[in-house]
Amino acid sequence: MATVTLTKLTKRYGNIGIVHGIDLDIADREFIALVGPSGCGKSTTLRMIAGLEEISAGSIEIGGRVVNDLPPRSRNISMVFQSYALYPHMTVRENLGFSLKIAGAAKEDMDRRVAEASAILGLDTLLDRRPSQLSGGQRQRVAMGRAIVRDPDVFLFDEPLSNLDAKLRTQMRTEIKKLHAKVQSTVIYVTHDQVEAMTLADRIVIMRDGHIEQVGTPDEVFRRPATRFVAGFIGSPPMNLHEATIDDGQMVFASGEKLPLPGQFKANVATGDKVVFGLRPDDIYPTGHGISSGGAADVHQIELPITVTEPLGNETLVFVEFNGTDWVSRMLNPRPLRSGERVAMSLDMSQAHLFAADTGKTLRS
Amino acid sequence: MDENSSARLKRRLLGIIYRIGLFLAMLTICLPGLWIVISSLRPTVEIMAKPPVWVPQEISLDAYVAMFSGIGKGGIPVIEYFRNSLIISVTSTIIAVAIGMAGGYAFARYRFRGKSSVFLGLMLTRTVPGIALSLPLFFLYVRLGIIDTHFGLILAYVALNVPFTIWLIDGFFRQVPKDLAEAAQIDGCTRWQAFWQVEFPLAGPGIASAAIFAFLTCWNEFALASQLTRSVSAKTLPVGLLDYTAEFTIDWRGMCALAVVMIIPALTLTYIVQKHLVGGLTSGAVKG
Repeated sequence: MATVTLTKLTKRYGNIGIVHGIDLDIADREFIALVGPSGCGKSTTLRMIAGLEEISAGSIEIGGRVVNDLPPRSRNISMVFQSYALYPHMTVRENLGFSLKIAGAAKEDMDRRVAEASAILGLDTLLDRRPSQLSGGQRQRVAMGRAIVRDPDVFLFDEPLSNLDAKLRTQMRTEIKKLHAKVQSTVIYVTHDQVEAMTLADRIVIMRDGHIEQVGTPDEVFRRPATRFVAGFIGSPPMNLHEATIDDGQMVFASGEKLPLPGQFKANVATGDKVVFGLRPDDIYPTGHGISSGGAADVHQIELPITVTEPLGNETLVFVEFNGTDWVSRMLNPRPLRSGERVAMSLDMSQAHLFAADTGKTLRS
Repeated sequence: MDENSSARLKRRLLGIIYRIGLFLAMLTICLPGLWIVISSLRPTVEIMAKPPVWVPQEISLDAYVAMFSGIGKGGIPVIEYFRNSLIISVTSTIIAVAIGMAGGYAFARYRFRGKSSVFLGLMLTRTVPGIALSLPLFFLYVRLGIIDTHFGLILAYVALNVPFTIWLIDGFFRQVPKDLAEAAQIDGCTRWQAFWQVEFPLAGPGIASAAIFAFLTCWNEFALASQLTRSVSAKTLPVGLLDYTAEFTIDWRGMCALAVVMIIPALTLTYIVQKHLVGGLTSGAVKG
């Protein structure tokens, strides 16, 4: 069990910077998710923590010990790979016990710990099979078992669920969460799937182009995104984001259409400012088919034409046209709607987001 | 005739044609070998008969008996040749495979300056026919005093085989996912341990096939060996075949018998190793 501290961590390949001096403090037993689009440096960061990539500058501490130049085996970490990376020439039992064998553990000790790990993950009946005889989900479980057996200070997960089908992914996600509750160790989890990050992590680190955009709890990054990028990345379907210019307490969009400036931002903008207005699908709904979080005065009413609807059963995603583009809205207790129909829409401006158009930073004070 | 039965007939017909083709191909490959075995058992008159006698009339092991009977009774120093062949082939194979493993691993796993040109250079050496090198090599070996020695031939064969083993083993290491070695390092292995515990066993079949190829090349090589060896102390089996040629005659039966003696160990070795040349051993390592 250990804390992990990254200080000005940098990775360069020649002149090309991959990770640009990131700082991060991870508490003991915390579940941290690193998310971001591909190429944002999240996997490189994880590999640097694991010791599989050399660091170009900065430092990594695990449990208060600087491990910058230590080989992976001296860092007391374990890692679950996206590809599982099971040893194909060994049985499940040998795979699980491999690290103990290398460490020269006694036979009884080895058997006991393999038995413990396989009990936790339900692998008892598979111990004498080879990886090629296992299904994707079982392989995934063996990979996690191999990580548990080592009893490491820190667990590293590198997109562990990407290779599973959607149903199995949801199931394994729950298992990882249960596993963390059971083994109570520090976890660093890399994923490009924001849903995984939201559901699993205590805190989420959103990365982009080798920088950290925001660190926060799932609730914080969802409700108070620090940048336009975070706002667009977290949440499904994504937040509606559109550029506008401030004009006398109103937001004027490119098409000339206007919306009132949300009250919470009034003090921070002036006429002529270029901003990006953001509203989640939950906060724009056909009137009577949603829940407003603010007071009635904050809800702006507007009639808009429907382009397309996507019924999901318990709700319907309704695409309405405003400012010349589609805005996605979430309709609760849906009723049938036709394309082209004009419906009264409610925009809950108390939940709106506003970002500076140039820097992308939030205008929330 | 309806569509289904004509399709079935067509499929059956294609199957028969396919089998006939396969039989002809196998015949072409196997017939010379079979002919050698048969010829080693027949008297020379029958071998040289015109028109040819297809079915052997007289079978005897005389040629084999004579071969081992010692000088003067139609024998040749088979045991010595066999020993030379074995020492030279095994030693040079071990060395070529060891270098091939180191080189193949480096080409498969590391990035370094001039990698592709070095690799291309190694491949280009394969384009030079061995016989073209035999004369320069002969002069060089005479000067160095390593003509007619095991060492000389081993050296030549290692040089001949290394580009090939590197190329082959490189391919097999590329098939072993890099993740596995990394996982092993996280599991507590040093780089060296990760190689021997994980990557080597998985590339094993490839390394075995490289070894087989290298061994057979050495075992059967004639051109260089005939130039670089002189006496019983270094001559290999293929060169030994020449002992059956006299000024005006060639003892075809004896030569075929020696060829059979040569083929048997090579065949046995290939048979033993081919069981380990199972592909798809890495399946299940990563997403499948």
